[in-house]
Amino acid sequence: MLIKQLSIFLENKRGRFSEIAKILGNAGINMTAFTVAENSDFGILRLIVSEPERAKTILKEYRYAVNVTDVVCLECPNEPGALAKAMDAITQAGVFIEYMYAFSFGSGATVVIRPDNLEKCVEALKSN
Amino acid sequence: MIWNETMECMNRQDLQKLQESRLKKVVERVYYNCEPYRKRMQEAGIIPSDINTMEDIVKLPFMSKQDLRDHYPFALMSSPMSEIVRLHASSGTTGKPIVVGYTRTDLNIWNEVGARCFTAYGLGKNDIVQISYGYGLFTGGLGAHGAVETIGGTVIPMSSGNTEKQIMLMHDFGAVGLACTPSYALHLADVLKDSGIPRKEFKLRVGVFGAEPWTEQMRGELQERLGIRAYDIYGLTEIIGPGVGHECEYQNGTHLCEDHFYPEIVDPATGEVLPEGSLGELVFTTITKEGMPLIRFRTRDLTRLTYEKCACGRTSVRMSRILGRCDDMLIIRGVNVFPSQVESIICEMPELEPHYLLIIDRVKNLDTFEVQVEVKEDFYSDEMAKMLELRKKITHRLQSVIGIIPDIKLVEPRSLERSQGKAKRVIDKRKFI
Repeated sequence: MLIKQLSIFLENKRGRFSEIAKILGNAGINMTAFTVAENSDFGILRLIVSEPERAKTILKEYRYAVNVTDVVCLECPNEPGALAKAMDAITQAGVFIEYMYAFSFGSGATVVIRPDNLEKCVEALKSN
Repeated sequence: MIWNETMECMNRQDLQKLQESRLKKVVERVYYNCEPYRKRMQEAGIIPSDINTMEDIVKLPFMSKQDLRDHYPFALMSSPMSEIVRLHASSGTTGKPIVVGYTRTDLNIWNEVGARCFTAYGLGKNDIVQISYGYGLFTGGLGAHGAVETIGGTVIPMSSGNTEKQIMLMHDFGAVGLACTPSYALHLADVLKDSGIPRKEFKLRVGVFGAEPWTEQMRGELQERLGIRAYDIYGLTEIIGPGVGHECEYQNGTHLCEDHFYPEIVDPATGEVLPEGSLGELVFTTITKEGMPLIRFRTRDLTRLTYEKCACGRTSVRMSRILGRCDDMLIIRGVNVFPSQVESIICEMPELEPHYLLIIDRVKNLDTFEVQVEVKEDFYSDEMAKMLELRKKITHRLQSVIGIIPDIKLVEPRSLERSQGKAKRVIDKRKFI
């Protein structure tokens, strides 16, 4: 399924992430997953939260550069070969993955995928 | 509109005669009333009667900012202190400031040239003008203030700072004109947008910007963001303050009030006068001032002059945009770089906010050149590749114009300092021993 992901531009400075965590915490918004892409100067924080639009509004008030993007959220069993099967379907469909991240707990796993073509990606996963 | 048609549209031969008679008078004034001037002229072997035509001006020695500092505070006054009714001083960042004294007549001249400026911008007695230049020793605030009062407009003497209140009063009072530095105008534009008050509820129509060099690209940016016509006002504390020159409705060069301030363009290295149209250092002689006239004062500003008649009808000489101050020029890895070059590129790129900071340092005997820029909100991406590509694009654009490779640093929105007065856009950390 498609979900909303927040992306936030951050300079590499001490305390930036802790400030964002505090702002969202105080607003009662829960983080489900996040990942950071970084280079020596800046990073891009990508977040999955309980209320993406409200989180965006609040973070903008604090002058953060926030964007909301649609990403594909794939639920699959936490067992060997499950991810390979899904990736295979995406590759076969000719979809390119810009980036992805995943987490697992118990018997399930969740994969967040940012493909170059959302519809094709969802289609490929559904038909498998 | 033209405030003083007789003077501003005078034919150039008559103007030259007027300038000659005024030059002779001012040379006599400084020679007989001001010890340092008399000494310098004697050293150069000149007496006042040697000066008869405008061509003779080259016989007179130059004055520099350093000369003004050396005679701090009052030694260059050509009037007794009993005649001086006002003092102003330049923002000396190091050491003592430069002090300028005005007689009653000087203040009248200042109001007169200021009135020419604000009239040329299309403002008049029915208009409310918000003055957001700093008031105080700085000439910006009081200079613009006197000018607007002279044309009979209504002054809101805001001074700088307290930006939210600036927006509130601009809205509630229905200000038509805004006078401030271009960098502060940018900041006001941001805060105006944040206020959520629709633009159509403001009457703002004209921006009067000066006190720091700005580019044509910055004009475009300001006109678009504020929905106004943005005009240059030129001035220097040493000469009189804002009002030395102004643009007209054609926005095609800054008209200089040369019946009061006689301009020359000289080679900054040799001091030789250059022909019309050449790029060089602007030099002024104040031919009507009493309190502290300056003879051939070297402004350090680099520009060109044209004597072609302007479509507005004024015959006065026009100056092109100030390329920079000779002192502003940075030499980075042996290449001459003007901050104005960087500014014009940054304002041109749709992905960037018109704010920047240049940081120059020397690491292991090599100059480093960092350019900090803010990306516009819509151009921040969740993809690292796109951000890196943008950084590369900015690097290439700058490199192609300035000739050296800058280290581009993308910073968070609104993290570069918004100035309330003159913007600080260059930090040179190099230590030359």
